[in-house]
Amino acid sequence: MVPVSYYVLLSAVLFTLGVVGVLTRRNALIVFMSVEMMLNSANLALVAFAQRWQSANGQILVFFVITVAAAEVAVGLALLVTIFRSKRTTDIDEINTLKG
Amino acid sequence: MEFVVFTITALIAVVGAAAMLLSKNAVHSALFMLLNFSAIAVLYLLLRAPFLFAVQLIVYAGAIIVLFLFVVMLLGAERAEDEQDRLGWQRPLALGMAALLLFEVLYVFFARTNTSLTSPSVSAEDFATPVKIGEALFSTYLLPFEITSVILLAALVGVVVLHHRQAAHSEQ
Repeated sequence: MVPVSYYVLLSAVLFTLGVVGVLTRRNALIVFMSVEMMLNSANLALVAFAQRWQSANGQILVFFVITVAAAEVAVGLALLVTIFRSKRTTDIDEINTLKG
Repeated sequence: MEFVVFTITALIAVVGAAAMLLSKNAVHSALFMLLNFSAIAVLYLLLRAPFLFAVQLIVYAGAIIVLFLFVVMLLGAERAEDEQDRLGWQRPLALGMAALLLFEVLYVFFARTNTSLTSPSVSAEDFATPVKIGEALFSTYLLPFEITSVILLAALVGVVVLHHRQAAHSEQ
């Protein structure tokens, strides 16, 4: 039986890697992938806690998170495609029309 | 035995995540993310969550990765980042703050866990079988489940509207 704290440690490391990706990469698609990875690490922590307390509720929350993430990916990628059609780039430094 | 499997899978997950961040080609990034998602699916199996194992493989490793690969190849955005680095001094700052975040999260978690998180009090194997999750979804969590369907419908309509608008725009 692996201690739950190991899973939490792994989840924190993966979340931090996702944060690093969001902060340092400039390709909007890779930023988006990093956001997905952060969601996944949170899911992992939730499942680990659900196993600790022997309860299915945490897993049901993860199920909802996965559903919302799927919807988010669909809309986000459609937005990226729309932005690409008008701006011809996916570099988030180039997409600065709203910048004051 | 379980610990060995956990260690190997955790290493694969971390290496996949790091390789996703470091690879220059966005297609390679998507494939490394597939590796990461699959490793997390195996961890779900270790945590006795067979339903989430299947959902993770179908939704994340199946649908979401394919969607990402489609968009990367459609946009030709494999190498969208130009060589000149505009981040400059912000990159080490970002790394430092991420390390601080990791330290902080771990400190808060491990400093405040007074109950022993070492092992479950009872080790039932079937606390979250697909049958139990299904029963809970359609009884206790019926309203959130229905709201989820509305969210998916909204996403569907949103994608169609976005595409319709740009199609009308390109006709002009």
